[in-house]
Amino acid sequence: MIATWAQIGYLVSAVCFIVALKALSSPRTARTGNLLGAAGAVLAVLITFVAYKPDHLVPILIALAIGAVGGVIGSRRVQMTHMPQLVALFNGVGGGAASLVALMELGEVHSGQTVAAIATAFTIVVGAISFSGSIVTFAKLQELMTTRPVTFPGLPVLFVAGILGGIALSGWLVSDPRVWVGVLLCLVGLGVGVMLVLPVGGADVPIVISLLNAFTGLTVAAGGYVLGNTLLLVAGTLVGAAGALLTKLMADAMGRSVFNILFGAVRGGSTLGAGTVSERPVISGGAQDVAILLAYAQRVIIVPGYGLAVAQAQHTLRELVEELQGRGVKVDYAIHPVAGRMPGHMNVLLAEAQVPYDQLREMDEINGDFKVTDVVLVVGANDVVNPAARTTPSAPIYGMPILNADEAQRVIFLKRSMRPGFAGIENELLYDPRTTLLFGDARDSLTKLLAAVKTV
Amino acid sequence: MTESIALLTIFVLAAFVGVEVISKVSSTLHTPLMSGANAIHGVILVGAIIVTGQADSALVVIVGLLAVVLATVNMVGGFVVTDRMLEMFRGPAARKKELHK
Repeated sequence: MIATWAQIGYLVSAVCFIVALKALSSPRTARTGNLLGAAGAVLAVLITFVAYKPDHLVPILIALAIGAVGGVIGSRRVQMTHMPQLVALFNGVGGGAASLVALMELGEVHSGQTVAAIATAFTIVVGAISFSGSIVTFAKLQELMTTRPVTFPGLPVLFVAGILGGIALSGWLVSDPRVWVGVLLCLVGLGVGVMLVLPVGGADVPIVISLLNAFTGLTVAAGGYVLGNTLLLVAGTLVGAAGALLTKLMADAMGRSVFNILFGAVRGGSTLGAGTVSERPVISGGAQDVAILLAYAQRVIIVPGYGLAVAQAQHTLRELVEELQGRGVKVDYAIHPVAGRMPGHMNVLLAEAQVPYDQLREMDEINGDFKVTDVVLVVGANDVVNPAARTTPSAPIYGMPILNADEAQRVIFLKRSMRPGFAGIENELLYDPRTTLLFGDARDSLTKLLAAVKTV
Repeated sequence: MTESIALLTIFVLAAFVGVEVISKVSSTLHTPLMSGANAIHGVILVGAIIVTGQADSALVVIVGLLAVVLATVNMVGGFVVTDRMLEMFRGPAARKKELHK
């Protein structure tokens, strides 16, 4: 047992973490909250050095410095479009660290300490799942591998075998805590993590990040139990509970169950559509035509998508919106909760372009307005306005709440090509007589539009 | 046994706090929320330091140092990247101030 002052210090850290999460409920307090969380973390590390007086102090400090430099460089250099993969990567290394800590602690656990042994086994295996699963997630988002679901005939059997093997090894570990059994359990966990994420399609990967985040939280909590460390217990549980809830919120936003997202591809019935392009005619226009539509509208709603971010066109879009507002057009951005590569990702990308967050309207808030809107401008988004989510029960996105762009008077799509979006299904709205398509890279198109609107 | 019960109690209460705190976060901030929560579980660093500091064999020390590096990347990187994201979500007031600078 460590000194009372240290325990109280840990309590202060835990409160910092809680306040940090709570502060995220408003953009105004969020940043201060995050800094407070970081302060809590620094405090916790300082307390640990003083209270536990660890041996190998110099190597530990060097390892700390290496990790800190790596973390700062990685997070400073990353582009905002690549944020989801970075979060996945950070989560993975956290899970890996928890697994290693539990493996090392195994030497201290003796048979008879049943609960501690269970917690240790849990941390080893779930930490390993979180690590390898996150790495696969990273590879998918970074497009180092295909974003399509990957399955092979023996996968379900192998997966179940992995789970059963993990349970058996955990049981063994609880009755007889040996390190080599722990190492074996860790390897099984790594395999299960890979098999868990491989069958998940690119569009669903963010849900997996959130789920694995919750897993890592729980492993940290279990690690805290084993070490008798209340801070790890509280912080890990907080993240575990928060992550689980967030995962559910996201799945709801996509109109799917978490189970369906994880195992949809394995159970047959791919989560991706055929990906074919039909030959039906569409109406495409030039920048000048579209500019006139926009400039003479009273009410315009913009639906930004990932295509916008990839083309780095957020800044041009903001200029276009400012130009339209200058002409007296009422313009709003309609943000679908899962626009981008991660829920809330689009908000980050637009915030980067200095779009004031109070101009961003959430789906539930703006969906009634489409009926009275003259023009909807869809930039690089597709699935979030696809009426198939309401009308076609066979569509992979069926049931997902969408933005009701189809209710507006006119719809303009800025698209690179007729290729279907991330979910791989056709969008009937593209063939609607009220729809005009403007083909091209989003940044080029928006630049032309901006110039054209200025001359109208 | 009483200590186990105490830890279990903390666990259950913390779970409620976690759910309660998150349910109020707007979807606008879901990405920073995920990365902020991510940074917080980097506190496993504390565990990594404790076990490494108690290790006797060279092998365990090496494994422990690896855990320290990984956990630090998680924690430091998580907080820095969350700050970078949140810095962009500035209110109209802060924005105006910057324009006048």
